Amino acid sequence: MSDVIELRGFSKHFGAHPVLNGIDLAVRQGEVVVILGPSGCGKSTLLRCLNGLEQGSAGELRFNGERLDARSDWRAVRQQVGMVFQSYQLFGHLRVLDNILLGPLRVQKRAPQEAQAQALALLERVGLADKALAWPRELSGGQQQRIAIVRALCMNPKVMLFDEVTAALDPEMVKEVLEVILDLAEAGMTLLIVTHEMAFARAVADRIVFMDGGRIAEQSPPEAFFSNPQTARAQQFLERFSYVENLPRRKAS
Amino acid sequence: MATSGFELLWQTAPQLATGAGRTLAISACGIALATVLGLAYGIGRTLGIAWLDRSLRVYLAAWRAIPVLVWLYLFFFGLPMFLGLSVPAFACVVCVLGLWGASEVGEVVRGALRSLPAGQRDAALAIGLGRLQAYAWVLLPLARKRMTPGVINVYTRIIKTSSLAVLIGVVDVTKIAQQIIERTYASVTLYSFLFVFFFLACYPLSVLSRRLEQRWSH
Ligand SMILES: Nc1ncnc2c1ncn2[C@@H]1O[C@H](COP(=O)(O)OP(=O)(O)OP(=O)(O)O)[C@@H](O)[C@H]1O
Ligand SMILES: [Mg+2]
Repeated sequence: MSDVIELRGFSKHFGAHPVLNGIDLAVRQGEVVVILGPSGCGKSTLLRCLNGLEQGSAGELRFNGERLDARSDWRAVRQQVGMVFQSYQLFGHLRVLDNILLGPLRVQKRAPQEAQAQALALLERVGLADKALAWPRELSGGQQQRIAIVRALCMNPKVMLFDEVTAALDPEMVKEVLEVILDLAEAGMTLLIVTHEMAFARAVADRIVFMDGGRIAEQSPPEAFFSNPQTARAQQFLERFSYVENLPRRKAS
Repeated sequence: MATSGFELLWQTAPQLATGAGRTLAISACGIALATVLGLAYGIGRTLGIAWLDRSLRVYLAAWRAIPVLVWLYLFFFGLPMFLGLSVPAFACVVCVLGLWGASEVGEVVRGALRSLPAGQRDAALAIGLGRLQAYAWVLLPLARKRMTPGVINVYTRIIKTSSLAVLIGVVDVTKIAQQIIERTYASVTLYSFLFVFFFLACYPLSVLSRRLEQRWSH
């Protein structure tokens, strides 16, 4: 199948500080790519470059085969590349339904009835049909994050970007958000996911991209990556996670 | 004295009303101008455009460093002298109040916009809103509760400062009161009147401020 997103020699620096360094990455239609890597390695910056919240400094970025740069019509691209953030970012002055409909109505100028019907169907799908008229601050973190996902989905994007969307959640709410993402993966949507939930990464990914210091250090299918990482950095990275999971019980005093 | 005071006010009511009307007209026009330009200033300073930000900082510094009265003289006497451009006194006062108010309203707007989490702008852009659309539909509505008390405070200062108009010959409520005092020496009565007038002009705005803050507190 064709590549939806294609990066070639893509680099980004903030001032003199290089953050992305010659990234080569191609994402196929319907593929689920999970990006792992230590803090500060450039995962968020990479996602933000894909919908133009940051502009690359060198190299090439293509979306559906079309080359994108600072002069491209990013408003059109963003309607096809939905993004969900760690801290939900619902708009506090709008009720849930109006949060979801802002893009469809103001940007896409869709018919209100049709857009609203889709919004309600999506709310139903994430189990929040009864929250359409709630204010964001009345909702739990997990609920807000599911609404944020619906807000992005209601634009009918081709690709969804998830940047550590469960990192700010209490453990008991992580599941409800991950289930929604799994559901999207099952439905064949193209997803790029940054996460620190290793078990989830393993379960959802078609491919793991491991980044380190602004480069892609290795790319492998999830089973291969988790059982047999190729680079020393990836091994260290995974050891730190398994260390926490396999922490031996403290001897009773 | 109390009766004669009220009598005097009753007799001079038509003049006082004209003056009051002029003061309110100057204030309303100044406030409208300050609001429109202040919003533009606040947006301009949060767009992240370096040259625009620098220019607006100079604008603010100029209005902060030079007394409003001096600006008024500059507009009224300076423009005709240097540019051969004579501006009617009423328009002069409105411009000066509006431009000065814009710097003050603008600073409040900028502060309120700045206090929003950066992620809110990203989220607004991420659903495809344009930069100005993001302000109109997301950022300004989010900031409005926080900016209301500050903006209303500037409005009341504009109303009070409008009495500088007297100095370039505008016959506003303060001027009328002065003229009546010169005729009748009833200074206590007329100053009391001015006190009540300005209080009544400003107080509803504070009430409005509180109402709006409550309405927007979801
Ligand atoms: N707007 C910015 N200006 C300057 N430097 C930035 C900016 N955004 C990110 N950086 C720097 O770029 C580097 C990569 O940041 P990024 O947020 O992409 O990392 P990350 O992999 O997402 O990390 P984390 O796991 O902590 O979220 C960091 O060193 C960060 O300090
Ligand atoms: Mg990050």
